[in-house]
Amino acid sequence: MNEAEVASIGLALINIFLLGILFVVGVAIARLRSLFAIVMLSGVYSLVSATWFVALDAVDVAFTEAAVGAGISTALMLGAMLLTARTAKATPKGSTLAPFVVVIATGIMLIYATFDLPALGDPNAPANAYVGAEYIERTYADTGLPNIVTAVLASYRGFDTLGEVVVVFAAGLGVALLLGFGERSLAVSLNKRDDQ
Amino acid sequence: MTEDHHVILRVVAKLLIPLITLYAFYVHFHGEYSPGGGFQAGVIFAVAIILYSLIFGVPAALRAVPPVFARCLAAFGVLLYAGVGVAALLGGGNYLDYDALANDGPGEHVGQHLGIILIELGVLFGVAGSMLAIFYAFAGRVAEIRDEDW
Repeated sequence: MNEAEVASIGLALINIFLLGILFVVGVAIARLRSLFAIVMLSGVYSLVSATWFVALDAVDVAFTEAAVGAGISTALMLGAMLLTARTAKATPKGSTLAPFVVVIATGIMLIYATFDLPALGDPNAPANAYVGAEYIERTYADTGLPNIVTAVLASYRGFDTLGEVVVVFAAGLGVALLLGFGERSLAVSLNKRDDQ
Repeated sequence: MTEDHHVILRVVAKLLIPLITLYAFYVHFHGEYSPGGGFQAGVIFAVAIILYSLIFGVPAALRAVPPVFARCLAAFGVLLYAGVGVAALLGGGNYLDYDALANDGPGEHVGQHLGIILIELGVLFGVAGSMLAIFYAFAGRVAEIRDEDW
């Protein structure tokens, strides 16, 4: 075995290990009833998938997943959980059969679809060959930025990023319009606590 | 809270929250060279304040960072981003064409750098403010997290 083979076997083992953890966490989330444990485990799920994205060389995606999935989503879910019950209702037996069949069928179809995908890091894959290669060649001359991801997000696709920021802003606005801004409801709940 | 049995949590959080905030700014200003940028930095910054309010209580966080500040920050971020586009229009280019922001000679990228720094700041403010506004909308309904809630 040469060095490259050892490296690829090591990478495969890391992938299998991380995907195994994801599977176990996923099954645990599906089976648990305590919402606090479920919120915490979904944070763990995000963190492990971020690690897996690093193993796939997608550091930007991994970073976003760690910050958004494991960070803010967990905190927001905790805040939302405080407004509702602490445990989920138990699902009646037998009602899980149809979802199970759907999940298995979708999984088989997805695995079947992967046979047509190019191999990871294949230089001739469409994602790496046409536009991707063009960006790698032109970005530094066009923008002077060493980080191509930042250049694409902020400069080439600046319009898309503006749309994303507006979407985030609209989400905040929507929640504020539905639930209120926080001060008034907090004053009410503080008064209630003082009355008790 | 009468008896303070979360003292370890509080001490650790007091140490961590400034570091998290600093890290958010590092992620933001180093985004040109490393993974990350305004979006991730904004989320991390919001997490620092959310951590503060989870540990020290929402009223304390509301005093430190008022919701009206979060709202204005979000709106200012979006306006800043859109404003850079308008500035590029006034400079004679297309909307969000940063080259129109400065008179660059061949091989210079002052306009690109300026535009990207400004719109990334807009992303940082917009995301951090929106996330905080969402959190306050949820958290404002529960004054204090009781121990049995965990």
